[in-house]
Amino acid sequence: MPAPEAVQARFREGDRVAVRNAYPLGHVRTPFYARGKRGVVERLCGFYPNPEELAYARPGLPKEPLYRVRFRQSDLWPDYSGAPRDTVDIEIYQHWLEGAP
Amino acid sequence: MSLKRHDHVHESSTPYRHPPRPDLDDALTHHKAMEIALRELLIEKGVFTADDVRRQVEDMDSRSPAQGARVVAKAWTDPAYKKLLLTDGGEACAAAGFERGPYKLIVVENTADTHNVVVCTLCSCYPRWLLGLPPDWYKSRAYRSRLVREPRAVLREFGTEIPNHVTVRVHDSTADMRYLVLPQRPPATEGWDEERLAALVTRDAMIGVSVPCAA
Repeated sequence: MPAPEAVQARFREGDRVAVRNAYPLGHVRTPFYARGKRGVVERLCGFYPNPEELAYARPGLPKEPLYRVRFRQSDLWPDYSGAPRDTVDIEIYQHWLEGAP
Repeated sequence: MSLKRHDHVHESSTPYRHPPRPDLDDALTHHKAMEIALRELLIEKGVFTADDVRRQVEDMDSRSPAQGARVVAKAWTDPAYKKLLLTDGGEACAAAGFERGPYKLIVVENTADTHNVVVCTLCSCYPRWLLGLPPDWYKSRAYRSRLVREPRAVLREFGTEIPNHVTVRVHDSTADMRYLVLPQRPPATEGWDEERLAALVTRDAMIGVSVPCAA
């Protein structure tokens, strides 16, 4: 169970998710190349202070669930030329994720 | 006679002397100046001493991929340890006599059908407490931007050809996790002890741009 100062985890391993297609200013730790892309939750890593707040010397609380999300290379790059099963796993905080069908 | 010959070479080499080249640390860049200013202020205010800084640098420089190699070799020879390493990397580091580390260590295992490779596209996150400082290329823009885009081409440039039936998994270390690749134990190493196996495990194999070889 998450500590009370943490946001409840909304996703579980195997859930399909989409990265918000957002481009906010400031310190962001969701790579540009993953914005708007769909993947599958590989695991919940734990709960961590939000780095987008920490970067400005704020406490970053409540803690955010952090996931590893697995993307197919061919979903990230339409012209990907490697093997079709190749993937990229990216650590993404929950507030960047939405449920996807 | 040989002395005379030596003198002669020196004289005749004069016309080919290269022009003076600047030392690489000549330029006082913005960030270098800020680091010096901040460090001197903190020392002046008594927050820490110059010796504390020196000791930290020395401690950091004393860590090396040899630590990670020991962990990998232990996992190759001890199935229970391998299980621990794959479920709780920090605990496994501690069990091998190393630091647990300030971050969660995720260990990804190479198998006959999966090859793992690690990058941090946003900066240069790396399990420094275990492997020491990352290589310069790991921090380069070329590696960081290209590994997620064309990993097989990048691996090929490192001399690592991954057949198409093997899945390449790139791990982008963007936040609070750190990664270690557990390479496959090379063939023809049956009966080798931990120390001999550890000598095969290189830094690059633990990042995933190379694979260990017993030849």
